[in-house]
Amino acid sequence: MTSPAPVLDVNDLAIFYGDRIAVNGISFTALPGKTTALIGESGSGKSTIAKAVIRLLPPSARIDRGSITLNGQSLLAASSRTLNTIRGRQIGFIPQDPGSSLDPCIPIGRQVGEILRLHTSEGRQERRDHALTLLEKVGLPDPGRCFSQFPHELSGGMKQRVLIAIAVALAPGLIIADEPTSALDVTVQRQILDLLDRLREENGCSVLMITHDLAIARDRAHDVVVMQHGVVAERGLSDSLFSAPHSPYTRRLLRDSPAFHPRIPPARKVAPAQVPALEVSNLTITHRTHGGRTSPTVRNVSFTVQRGTTHGIIGESGSGKTTILRCLMGLIAPISGSVRIHGADAFGGRPGDRGPFRSMQLVYQNPWSSLDPRLTVRRIIEEPLRNHFDENRSWRLQRIHTLLERVHLKPDILERYPSDISGGQCQRVALARALAAEPDILVLDEFVSALDVTVQARILELLTELQNDLGLTFVFVSHDLAVVRQISDTLSIIRHGQQEEYGRAESIFSHPASDYTRTLLQAIPGKSASDCL
Amino acid sequence: MNVSHFPERRGFAGHFLVQVGRALLILWGAFTLTFILLQMMPGDAVMIRFMDPELGLSPEQIETMRVLYSGSSNPVFQYFHTLWQVLHGNFGYSVQLGVPVGKLLSTALPVTLRLAGVGFLLSLVWTLAIAVGASLLPLRALRQAVHALPGLWSAIPLYWSGILIIQVLSFRLHLLPVVGVGAWEGVLLPGLAVSLPVAAPQAKLLLQQIEETERLPFVMASRTRGASRVSVFFRHILPNSVIPSLTMAGLSLGELIAGAIVTETVFGLNGLGQMTRDAVSGQDVAVLQAVVLIGAAGFVGANLAVDLLIPLIDPTLRMSHRIGGGKSGS
Repeated sequence: MTSPAPVLDVNDLAIFYGDRIAVNGISFTALPGKTTALIGESGSGKSTIAKAVIRLLPPSARIDRGSITLNGQSLLAASSRTLNTIRGRQIGFIPQDPGSSLDPCIPIGRQVGEILRLHTSEGRQERRDHALTLLEKVGLPDPGRCFSQFPHELSGGMKQRVLIAIAVALAPGLIIADEPTSALDVTVQRQILDLLDRLREENGCSVLMITHDLAIARDRAHDVVVMQHGVVAERGLSDSLFSAPHSPYTRRLLRDSPAFHPRIPPARKVAPAQVPALEVSNLTITHRTHGGRTSPTVRNVSFTVQRGTTHGIIGESGSGKTTILRCLMGLIAPISGSVRIHGADAFGGRPGDRGPFRSMQLVYQNPWSSLDPRLTVRRIIEEPLRNHFDENRSWRLQRIHTLLERVHLKPDILERYPSDISGGQCQRVALARALAAEPDILVLDEFVSALDVTVQARILELLTELQNDLGLTFVFVSHDLAVVRQISDTLSIIRHGQQEEYGRAESIFSHPASDYTRTLLQAIPGKSASDCL
Repeated sequence: MNVSHFPERRGFAGHFLVQVGRALLILWGAFTLTFILLQMMPGDAVMIRFMDPELGLSPEQIETMRVLYSGSSNPVFQYFHTLWQVLHGNFGYSVQLGVPVGKLLSTALPVTLRLAGVGFLLSLVWTLAIAVGASLLPLRALRQAVHALPGLWSAIPLYWSGILIIQVLSFRLHLLPVVGVGAWEGVLLPGLAVSLPVAAPQAKLLLQQIEETERLPFVMASRTRGASRVSVFFRHILPNSVIPSLTMAGLSLGELIAGAIVTETVFGLNGLGQMTRDAVSGQDVAVLQAVVLIGAAGFVGANLAVDLLIPLIDPTLRMSHRIGGGKSGS
């Protein structure tokens, strides 16, 4: 059996940014009707390849050698005029972030129409009809309404559908999907990937999928190219690559990926007589809307977190999990219900009393933006020490070194700025800063969501270690079920501000009681992935 | 099916009324403030004009004059009297010239408005030209040269560029005479002179915003569909970048109406600027009051226009008046 001619043939491609080599001799092909996944961590060069194929690398990038051939035509030799006829017509591109990939000033219909205006001779009315057909094809519930809406009126999933409609409009032979679902909720992610699969089968086109998510690659791709530091670490058919990885790097990725290698925390024994670290009962929080009316965003949420355990709060965007978190930190007061921290009613005192919240610290999601870029690491960690303890400078330095050791950072990082250190290091610094105030309870908001899997795995290990050593209590807020599963003892699943489910993590994962939880669990990519290791 | 751009008409009408009300409030505030300030000024125009010994008026006669011009010496009564008169379009009499202020305005205001209009339109043309040039010209060096223009223009003093423009365009090239021309031709050169410093900050802001917009993903997304650089610039980058410069343009238009003294002096135009200068040196309270009010009206009007225009460009601002938002799930 001879394999069909590849749609895309990349051969020995090398790309430099200045003097730094980003892609070093990459070769792969993408076959018609198949999905080829380029996987790797940030900085592996996978996005650079996607941009090189569509010939839209930033001016600082330089293609040093190699070839990119699309249906027998060299893309590197093509003129910019030719490229403009190839882009959109022969290559469809689905961008990474649906939120900002549509022009906010132009109604959806006209943005879909743009690609038709560029490449076809269709008149205004034809374009309109064509655009409506496309919007319908990608499963938008009300194409007519959507046509005249603006991007900010659509949800993230709907925007990604619009972007897919644009990418497939002219049935191109190759579709490049650059992290098409990394900004989306897990249930939406599944729908979008299903849609993409369906369109690929209908059009018989080739899909080049760029992703950091191994589980997605395993579920959706036929061929997989694993990249590390600009070179191919391993290449092969999806089935064989995931079941019997050859390269040590692939094996490490699989080991660190929570979807492939769920580490279930051992059931901890907690002395029942103890006062729980955190007791939330019937929490209801309202939100003032623009017109001055109030509407409840969180209704009747209750959970108890024993000392030294981790409670996971899972919810998709807009579910109210951040509102709960803000309330736990005392930033907003509930309309009814109570929060008890170590048995004391946190909102019992006069309004604005921070006293009960002293034992809690919040650690934010984004590694870079939560650290002041103008301060060195030393000053970042020193700040809470200044605020909480009336001690001299040498004591503070001593403490800083102890804290650094706690989070496994070397002292040479102290005089560096957040922009000079990696995402994982930033999160360690953020942890050290939170620990400086000597809290009992850490509230972690999407703490590892922005990190690569191998870094994520190390940070999760660090959290477990800190919990065991210091007896810390964690509230772990995340949209990522696979991660939450790894470290949570108990779980709350929040949807539309209501608690869909609450209980021991393992029992929820093995016997979900609500339909929503079942949908969530089914939507996790690579759900059967763990079977293969 | 067509969805209206203003799904809740009352929302937009309400927004409009609030803006207009705010504008009127500012005008009233400007009137009151100038009234108080002018009352507090030492000296008195009546004194200055009639105490001249050469006129040989007795103190009683001067007092009569004062009552005649001021109506009453009670400031509260005067305030409401003047306000009432102004609301009826009556700005009182110029003490210096003895003619109604309205009459002075009717000759000076059209000159200034023409100058402001020409200067403003030219500044918009410059701003756009600079934005297009700095983004789309073929050579990098050319783009950078255009990029540097606003900085240069804001550094050149108006009286100097004005004289230079007269020198080159009128005296050397004989393109346009400076004197003895029609109302519109007469303001072309001064309009050109005044447009450069007005365009400079607008253009700078626009260039800055364009640089930011260029980095946004939807620009790249449009390129991946085969749109050329030029097409992406005009369809996506420019519309998403104009709002800050538009706000700036609103401020400049007000400034053009209120403060064209230098230009009018250099080009010998008898507009509001000249009128203001004469009124200040003669402490001509009624004229000053009128000039300040017109200047304020210029500012407020221009900014009102901009505030009402911006929602037409940016749909996210348009919709913010809707309660509860209209997001629907996927």
